[in-house]
Amino acid sequence: MSAVQSLEEFRRQVAAWMAEHLTGRFAELKHRGHAGDGDALPDLRREWEQELAAGRWTCPGWPQEYGCRGLSVAEQVVFQEEYARAGGPGRLGHIGEGLVGPTLIAFGTEEQKKRFLPGIREGREFWAQGYSEPDAGSDLGNIKTRARLDPETGDWIVTGQKVWTSLAHLSDWIFVLARCEEGSVGPKGLIFLLMPLKQPGIEIHPIRQIGGGAEFNSVFFDGARASADCVVGQPGDGWKIAMTLLSFERGISTLGQQLGFTQELATIVEIARENGAAQNPAIRARLARAWAGLRAMRYMAIRSLEGGTSAEEELERLGYKYHWSNWHRDLGKLGMDVMGFDGVIINDDHRREQLRQMFFFTRSDTVYGGTNEIQLNIIAERGLGMPKEPRGKA
Amino acid sequence: MDLNFSEDQRSLRDEVRRLLNDQASSAAMREAAEKNGGFDASLWDMAAAELGFCATNVPEAFDGLGLGAMELALLLEECGRRLACIPAWSTIAVGTPLIVSLGSEGAKSRLLPEIAAGSYRIAVALPIDNPQVAVRAQQSADGYVLDGAVSLVADLPSATLVLVPARFEDGKLGLFAVAPDDGLKIGSVQTIDLTRPFGALKFEGVRVGADARLDDAGFSEEALAQALLPGRLGLAAEQIGAAQGCLDLTLEYISGRVQFGRTIASFQAIKHRCAAMVVDLAEARSLLYGAAANLNIGASEIEMEIDALGVLAADVLWKVAEESIQLHGGVGNTWEYDPHFYFRKAQATAFMMGSSDERLARIAAQVIDGAAA
Repeated sequence: MSAVQSLEEFRRQVAAWMAEHLTGRFAELKHRGHAGDGDALPDLRREWEQELAAGRWTCPGWPQEYGCRGLSVAEQVVFQEEYARAGGPGRLGHIGEGLVGPTLIAFGTEEQKKRFLPGIREGREFWAQGYSEPDAGSDLGNIKTRARLDPETGDWIVTGQKVWTSLAHLSDWIFVLARCEEGSVGPKGLIFLLMPLKQPGIEIHPIRQIGGGAEFNSVFFDGARASADCVVGQPGDGWKIAMTLLSFERGISTLGQQLGFTQELATIVEIARENGAAQNPAIRARLARAWAGLRAMRYMAIRSLEGGTSAEEELERLGYKYHWSNWHRDLGKLGMDVMGFDGVIINDDHRREQLRQMFFFTRSDTVYGGTNEIQLNIIAERGLGMPKEPRGKA
Repeated sequence: MDLNFSEDQRSLRDEVRRLLNDQASSAAMREAAEKNGGFDASLWDMAAAELGFCATNVPEAFDGLGLGAMELALLLEECGRRLACIPAWSTIAVGTPLIVSLGSEGAKSRLLPEIAAGSYRIAVALPIDNPQVAVRAQQSADGYVLDGAVSLVADLPSATLVLVPARFEDGKLGLFAVAPDDGLKIGSVQTIDLTRPFGALKFEGVRVGADARLDDAGFSEEALAQALLPGRLGLAAEQIGAAQGCLDLTLEYISGRVQFGRTIASFQAIKHRCAAMVVDLAEARSLLYGAAANLNIGASEIEMEIDALGVLAADVLWKVAEESIQLHGGVGNTWEYDPHFYFRKAQATAFMMGSSDERLARIAAQVIDGAAA
């Protein structure tokens, strides 16, 4: 069997599993829980994570020695595509699977791997990300949350505030980047800690977003504790670990995300056909342009996943986030324009509500994970070698 | 799908790039553009004869290299980058595929080995803004008679072989090869693009022999459209390459230009605009390689992809060219600096092989009214 045939066989296998399991009581989850709808149906989605785990579809790209499938990049892409095609819900386990696991596999102790990887793989323990702070958004090095060593217990005692913490209210653990060296500035003197969210000294406050939902939170730490064995790497290594973790964030999920975009575009086209917007030449041109951008995005992603290492390919890769997020933001506006005034009327038509939520949520696409402005700085400075932005005094 | 280049593809690109960096300098381009009607004969001789440009997509059975659309794209990107004043697009991307796709075995074995050797500069007699057949053919006792006019033919002034798709009375199409001095009336047309010469072509009862006909028994509009896909892809490749060349010279200029005690490249207002151009280029180029891979295998949505590519490529060249003039400031508006050559090419190519409006309309018809959403 050729590689292509076996990949197609694998595709059928994933599709069949999804058809068989995303049904019955889970049918309600189809297309739910994605960006803009991230806090939907949390209890059922926890159970769905365990259903996935029972089928060994959680963490499918982790190595086999951790009890996972150890899928190739191509297979993981196929899995993501078929998951999205079947309408698989937003993954509560995403941060554990995509970020914490790979980070622990790279930097964790044996004990940490034993302690945390099974909970992620089995869909039992969910994770949140504690990077951004009110004064450390684009300037992540400016974090002020303090970690102080308690000499009696060996615990690290954490005080400060994290913000934009996705799904903290539904999570069990959080990883926290904190300042462990008094007086240090920027990327120096940081520590990477793993902390249980349910403990005295941690308070979680939801942040209501412009679309009305609340997927994000502020997390307040006031003397909360991380035990000594919950430091990843050495105290002081925090920045290096945090940056490596961010590099895991990109990549595999991309093509699944694009299938979601394809479905959104299809919904907009469907509505345009129904309400007559498809007769409007300006709308037709915009829909065609959206199709062109999405197709180009697909090839950008494939080229990026294939991992070419020439300077030109590295440069193209730096542009990917800026491209997809701006394309998607434009799609959010296009969906509303296709609906016309009908789109601004709040009703319970599921497709229209989905497009309204997308309209609001896509405004954050060009902000989270590196704003447009930061992306352009990175492309100009790292990619084109243009002079760096001057920094103000700390 | 494999969109990263093989070692062979990389070395082909590097070799072409090296030659053009040496031989298609700004000074050489200006010499050809300003004094020689947009044709650099010595560059052509070197590219065609020594480097074997023309063998790229001629099948191996006819003494070519038998390479695909990806290599064609790489080659034309490099030509675009240096605004090389040679008929590479007309000869390699448009002319050769017409013969490969539509020619009879006899015609192919007669012409293709010579084409591969670089013996011909080809112009294709289709209206450049709307590549529909404009010439009529009639059978005569000893061959054919051609009538009609094509007002704007790319690379006609330097051509040594004119390929003429023509329509018979019964609606079928035929492909003819005519030498420019075979009774054709060639008028000169000056366009704003100084790096590609154009001409007007008239056939008034031109008699050609039976062997001038290259196809076997006629072909359909659809077959002609398919045979023109490499030409559409190649045009986009040339535009994307030109955008890259124009961005490169702009980056070089702004890195040296000092105002307020710092290079203007250090201003964020300028950095961001350059970075945005990089993203647009990455978008168009990724679609170029994706479409090239799909053209090689004849994938089902290839026409849509090539239309989409045409839109993105025209957009990115226009955007980079206008930004280039702006970022050069005052000198960007002088004849002495190069941005205007790219700016000219941007506008002149925007309506070649159809317009972006037409391309978007065709995509929309598929996405909205067809099944491709």
